[in-house]
Amino acid sequence: MTVLAIDTSNYALGVALLEDHQVLGEYITNLKKNHSIRVMPAIQMLMRDCEKTPADLRKIVVAKGPGSYTGVRIGVTIAKTLAWTLNIPLVGISSLEILAAGTGRYFDGYISPIFDARRGQVYTGLYQFEGGRLEVVKEDQLAMLVDWSTKLMECSLPILFVGNDLSIHQNKIAEILGPKAKFASITEHNPRPSELALLGKDKPGEDVHSFVPNYIRLAEAEAKWLEANGKTLNG
Amino acid sequence: MGEFMKKDQWILGIETSCDETAVAIIKNGREIVANVVASQIESHKRFGGVVPEIASRHHVEQITIVMEEALKQANITFAEIDAIAVTEGPGLVGALLIGVNAAKALAFAHNKPLVPVHHIAGHIYANRLVTELKFPLLALVVSGGHTELVYMKEHGHFEVIGETRDDAAGEAYDKVARTLNLPYPGGPHIDRLAHEGCPVIDLPRAWLEEGSYDFSFSGLKSAVINTVHNAAQRGETIAPEDLAASFQESVIDVLVTKTKKAVEEYGVKQLLVAGGVAANKGLRSALEKTFSDGKIELVIPPLSLCTDNAAMIAAAGSVMFEKGIRADLSLNAIPGLDIEIYNT
Ligand SMILES: [Zn+2]
Repeated sequence: MTVLAIDTSNYALGVALLEDHQVLGEYITNLKKNHSIRVMPAIQMLMRDCEKTPADLRKIVVAKGPGSYTGVRIGVTIAKTLAWTLNIPLVGISSLEILAAGTGRYFDGYISPIFDARRGQVYTGLYQFEGGRLEVVKEDQLAMLVDWSTKLMECSLPILFVGNDLSIHQNKIAEILGPKAKFASITEHNPRPSELALLGKDKPGEDVHSFVPNYIRLAEAEAKWLEANGKTLNG
Repeated sequence: MGEFMKKDQWILGIETSCDETAVAIIKNGREIVANVVASQIESHKRFGGVVPEIASRHHVEQITIVMEEALKQANITFAEIDAIAVTEGPGLVGALLIGVNAAKALAFAHNKPLVPVHHIAGHIYANRLVTELKFPLLALVVSGGHTELVYMKEHGHFEVIGETRDDAAGEAYDKVARTLNLPYPGGPHIDRLAHEGCPVIDLPRAWLEEGSYDFSFSGLKSAVINTVHNAAQRGETIAPEDLAASFQESVIDVLVTKTKKAVEEYGVKQLLVAGGVAANKGLRSALEKTFSDGKIELVIPPLSLCTDNAAMIAAAGSVMFEKGIRADLSLNAIPGLDIEIYNT
C-alpha cells in the first residue's frame, strides 16, 4: 500500500512516500519560499524517483494545520483533489502532532510542539508516547506562550519542546520551567512527512468534500462580525 | 481513404479568482456541457464586500464538490478531457491559489496538459459561447475590478488600448451604492434605482487627454459623495433615484463614447461586452442604441456568462490550448497578471 503525505502548513515543505513498512522517500526543505510553486514539482520528482505513478497511490495523508492559513490550504487543496479524483481515502493529521511524533518516541515525558503565532502567542498542544502510541494530552490550541508554560509547571514529567520557531521562545520557556523543559535539536525541528504518512496510514478515510483545514482561529473579519452581532443580540 | 474525422476537444476549466468557485466543461471551444458555480455572495454580504481570507476558506470547502458536479453534468470522465484550464490571475491571490493547485493536482493525477488563462481573456471569451468571434474585434470589459478596452486582431491575441487609471467602473458603483446605503453588491441596485429617477444632477465626466481610451472614475465617485454630504449639511435631501440616474448616465456616457471612437478608429467587425457590469440594463440599452445601425455586430452575453464562471475560462483555455500555451506544475497564482503576456 503506497501512501503519499503532504505538509505545507509552515515554512517547512515536506512530501513522503510510504509503502507498507518502508519509507520509500521523503523530501523536506525549510525555506521561506512559495509552497504553491514548489510542492507539486516536489511530489512529481519524488514519485518519479520512487518509480510510482498516481495510479499506484492508495491513500493521501495531509497536514491539516494549524499553521499558515495559505500554506495549509495549498496542501489541503492538493490532497483533497488527488484523493477525490483518484478515488482513494484522505486522512488529515494535526501539523503539531507530526512534530511530536518525529521527536519524542523514546522520550520519557511530554512533548510540546511549538509554532509561533505572533504577539507572544503560539500554536501548541501536549502529546505523550504511551506503549509506542502517540496520545493527545492537551488538544491543539492557540495560547500565550507565558500562560502555556506556566500551566505546564504542574506536569510531573519533563517536557520536550520542538519546532523551528523555538528560537523565538526558548529563553522564556527555560526561565519559567527551569530544568523541567528540554529542547529538541535543530535536526528535529522540521516536521517529517514520513511521520505524517505513518500517523495517517491506518486511520480511516474522511469525507473528502467536507474536509477543511484546522485553522484554530476564525478569520479576523468573521470574529469581529460575530462579536459585533453577539453584542447586538445580547442587547 | 476518407477524411480524418476531427476529434472533439474537451476542456475542463477552473475559476476561483474572487468569490465564485466555478468549474465547467466545454466541447470544441464553444459548447457548454457543464457549468457549475458555487457563489459565496451570501457569506460576504455580511461584511459589505469580499473578505479575501473568507473567500479562500469557502473555495477549499467547495472545490471538489463543484468539480464532481461538473463531471456529473457533463457525464464524462477525465480520460476524455484534453486539457485542464485554470485562471492564473488577476484576482485575490489566496483565492486564485485554490483553483491553481486543484488544477495542478488534476493535471498530475491524469497526466493532462495544464493551460493557464487570464481572467479577463476568460470574460472576453464568454462571448464565444454565444457566437463565433470575428476579427478584428474590440471588447469592452467592465467589472468590479476592471474597465478596459481590448483590441484583438486574432484568437488569443490581446492588446489593451485603454484601461482605468484609478477605480474600475464596478468599484465606483459599489462605493456610490455604499454612500446611498444600498446593500452589497450595489451595482444592480444603482441600475434599478437609475431607471426610477432622472439624471438631473450635473456630475463630471472624465474624458482625459485627447485620443486617450483610458478611463477614470474616482473623480465621479468623489463628486457623488460630495453632493450627498453637501446636501445633508444644508439639511436637504437628494432623491437617491435621481442621484443613481445621474451617476449611471455619467459612467455610461464615458464608456459608450470612448468605445464608439475606438470601434471607428480600429475598424472592427465586432464589439464584445464582457464582465459583470455587462449585466447593467442602462449600459446594454445605451450600447444597443449607439450601434443600432448594424455596421458592426454587438455581442452581449447572457447574465450567467457575464459574471465570473468557469465556462469562459474553458472557452479561452480552448484557444490557448490550440495555440500551444502550457504551464508546468510550478504554475503559480499571479494577482496582477498582464493580459498581453501570452501574445505571440
Ligand atoms: Zn471577473
